[in-house]
Amino acid sequence: MKRAISVTVNGTKYSNEVEPRLLLVHYIRDTLGLTGTHVGCDTSNCGACTIMMNGRAVKACTLLAVQADTAQLQTVEGLATNGDLHPIQQGFWEEHGLQCGFCTPGMMMAALELLRRHPDPSEAQIREGLEGNLCRCTGYQHIVNAIQNAAGKLRGAPVR
Amino acid sequence: MAVSSLFGASIRRREDPRLITGQATYTDDLRLPGMVYASIVRSPHAHARITRIDAAAARRHPGVVAVFTGRDLEGKINPIPTAWLIPNSDLKTPPHPALAVDRVRYAGDGVAVVVADGPYTARDAAALVRVDYEQLPAIVNQEKAVEAGAPQLHEEAPKNVAFTWKLAGGDAKAAFAEAERSGVVVRQRFVNQRLIPNAMETRGVVAKYTSGSGELTVWYTTQNPHIARFLMSVVTGIPEHKVRVVAPEVGGGFGSKIPFYADEAIVAFCAKATGRPVKWTEDRRENYLATIHGRDHITDLEIAARRDGTLLALRGKTWANLGAYLSTAAPGVPTILHGLILTGCYTIPNIDYEVQGVFTNTTPVDAYRGAGRPEATYLIERMVDLVAARVGLDPADVRRKNFIKAEQFPHTTAEGLSYDSGNYGPALDKALELIEYTRLRDVQKQGPKDNRYLGLGLSTYVEICGLGPSAVAGAVGFQGGLWESATVRLHPTGKATVYTGTSPHGQGEETTFAQIVADQLGLPIEDIEVVHGDTGAISMGWGTYGSRSTVVGGAAIAVASQRVRDKAAKIAAHMLEAAESDLTFERGRFSVRGTPDRSKTIQEVTLQAYLAWSLPAGVEPSLEASAFYDPTNFTFPFGTHAVAVKVDADTGQVELRRYVAVDDCGRVINPLIVDGQVHGGIVQGIAQALHEGAAYDADGQLLTGSMSDYAVPRARMFPRFVTGRTETPSPHNPIGVKGVGETGTIASTPAVVNAVMDALKSFGVTHIDMPLTPERIWAAIHKQSDKKAEVKAR
Repeated sequence: MKRAISVTVNGTKYSNEVEPRLLLVHYIRDTLGLTGTHVGCDTSNCGACTIMMNGRAVKACTLLAVQADTAQLQTVEGLATNGDLHPIQQGFWEEHGLQCGFCTPGMMMAALELLRRHPDPSEAQIREGLEGNLCRCTGYQHIVNAIQNAAGKLRGAPVR
Repeated sequence: MAVSSLFGASIRRREDPRLITGQATYTDDLRLPGMVYASIVRSPHAHARITRIDAAAARRHPGVVAVFTGRDLEGKINPIPTAWLIPNSDLKTPPHPALAVDRVRYAGDGVAVVVADGPYTARDAAALVRVDYEQLPAIVNQEKAVEAGAPQLHEEAPKNVAFTWKLAGGDAKAAFAEAERSGVVVRQRFVNQRLIPNAMETRGVVAKYTSGSGELTVWYTTQNPHIARFLMSVVTGIPEHKVRVVAPEVGGGFGSKIPFYADEAIVAFCAKATGRPVKWTEDRRENYLATIHGRDHITDLEIAARRDGTLLALRGKTWANLGAYLSTAAPGVPTILHGLILTGCYTIPNIDYEVQGVFTNTTPVDAYRGAGRPEATYLIERMVDLVAARVGLDPADVRRKNFIKAEQFPHTTAEGLSYDSGNYGPALDKALELIEYTRLRDVQKQGPKDNRYLGLGLSTYVEICGLGPSAVAGAVGFQGGLWESATVRLHPTGKATVYTGTSPHGQGEETTFAQIVADQLGLPIEDIEVVHGDTGAISMGWGTYGSRSTVVGGAAIAVASQRVRDKAAKIAAHMLEAAESDLTFERGRFSVRGTPDRSKTIQEVTLQAYLAWSLPAGVEPSLEASAFYDPTNFTFPFGTHAVAVKVDADTGQVELRRYVAVDDCGRVINPLIVDGQVHGGIVQGIAQALHEGAAYDADGQLLTGSMSDYAVPRARMFPRFVTGRTETPSPHNPIGVKGVGETGTIASTPAVVNAVMDALKSFGVTHIDMPLTPERIWAAIHKQSDKKAEVKAR
């Protein structure tokens, strides 16, 4: 019944036998113990489970673990390097881009994708780019600020 | 009071590093050795008799540890109680069994629980539990539920009436008679639609029972762990000192994590019965069905006014839908937290109001962000606009005319509350200035452009916050105190741990509370740790809701800090061989007045307090203090929100052009955090005005049962909000704060609806019930146009 998969997550290679029906997000959380990626809905609406798969943002609740076989994944745990926060993490911290923090890992991964597509995004582009991610706490304004802040840092612009 | 620069500083939150790196531990992140997983079988019917439950197949399923039904829990788990027994209301409290035994009363009512070795297995087996139902007619509308012949939910509550609560002040009858003679009376029906809280984290529980010690430990997504412990003890019979409740990281609540739910008791029962730690994590579908909903009022209201716009009296009745059972705070929300603030920030001396709480075959309704106050503010703020339109005055002028004046505080309202402080005019002026009200009114006079109509809306609100004085809690039937505890403990190295009985879950009090302590004791903020959410660590507390954490919990911390400082001063005086009265304390240093080189830091004093080699007579070792702060009154934040919208008459689409919020929450500890609270609240409130609404069909099926069907707002729906503040400190709060967690939700809903109605006035549309979807707006415009055309044709 079970299928063998090999997945690289945040630079570490994992090999496991999984049930074919196991959702990728449950594989990441329960099998690998990387609980920074969250589950907020059953319907792919909330985006709390957003991760990067082969360089693109995906919702890990909408994929089976077996579909990630051989893939390169990045989760929130892999954003910082050698203890240095990623500019997106810095932006969220500096601009108060989070409150309860539950949507935040997915929100930051969505921001990573957004800034890959639009290195210098307008406010409208940011709001549009967050279409797949819900936050119930912040009212989004500080998230927009956080992403603008991160964009500036990533472009090497002076931090405001 | 504030000597350091920390009180009032927009410092970054201290809770964030763990949250932005994925290191925070939410309930569902916990895994204990030997842990098994629960799945709850829920009724698909809104109202039915259970004729048979066959769990044999589920029990046989590989990996299943146990299956329990309502019968298995009978006599072992007490009914789930309500904790707000409102007085003088003939409140009925029919029993609420944790698992239904012979009858289900809403779609989502639990009927059985399966425990298995994995979450997927538990769900597989739950699907194998066969329940035979005999369907009964269901009722979902509260107004129809009280009519003769409506399906009955509880024998104990004839006509489905849970309570009838009345409020009277002044002489409304005489005021209405006067208005009928020489003034105006405006009548309107309002529907405050049912909302679904949608905290991003669903509910969850991990329960572990150690039979050797008789101890139950519960990790639980709660806003109030001590209340949860108390109720867990009452429901399971496990004594309170043997129950520990921990609120790990909690992913938002908005009121939905205040109640004590049946599910928590069921999971605790499973842990005790199986001898294994049990985890249960609600899925989002369950969250929509089995976590409380909010609002759901139908109100007939009338207001009496003079022709000059002077408001005289309010009179009306609300039917409050309570759902199938009384949730923890349910009776108090549409009564005490609603009725007592109905006259808002106006001098309206006469009120006559009735609220009927009604059982229906729907998910229980309880406190959702604002809890009763948004409903009240919506009523009065809409009514003021309707009066303004009737007497031909600008809504801003009618508001200003009726404001309680600054010199009238403290002010006793017709409802009997004593507003502590306020200065409503400047907040209104500031909001009008920020939104450029006068200019936009001129633009509006030029008429629509491309069939898009400009509308301006205001909401001048006041709310009851900082819940609250315990004597008042008792007088209004809340089965708890509302004081708050704090312990400020300095360690030998001069670092501090602060324990609070509040339970923040996103509001940032690990930061703002540390700011208070840093300010009071002159400690570097990084030397202060704030601990919350664990009944094993904190003596007692009432939790986080009702904008009370900073107001009541923060005050407790300030008082405890002052006690620490007083004790430290005694020790410092002894060390410096000076009189205590000769000491000054600034930036963490005690100095002898006039000889500043003779000084000791608080850290040096703390070490001596612990070494205790030489303490002044009568002073005990160590340096810590506790406070149990019981406020003398509520606090009353206020402000004005102003909105400019454009309504497309061709499509009914509303575009938010500009949004201004001027809030007065007293002294501000951290402006960045306050802005965050305001923004989040505004979005929830706007979403009620324009987007959100739970819908049931006539059989009691929740049609908006997922995030695909229910309009949780998204980033692109909103403009950038402009926030401003005025500052009127609460006179009775030790740090002058008033609370800000709910202001946005309370203020924004009527402001937006008023703006849309203002845009539609040329069509003769005066009211549309929320949410103001394009369809409803378009239909309202066309209904009025059709009427006009009909009149012309005649």
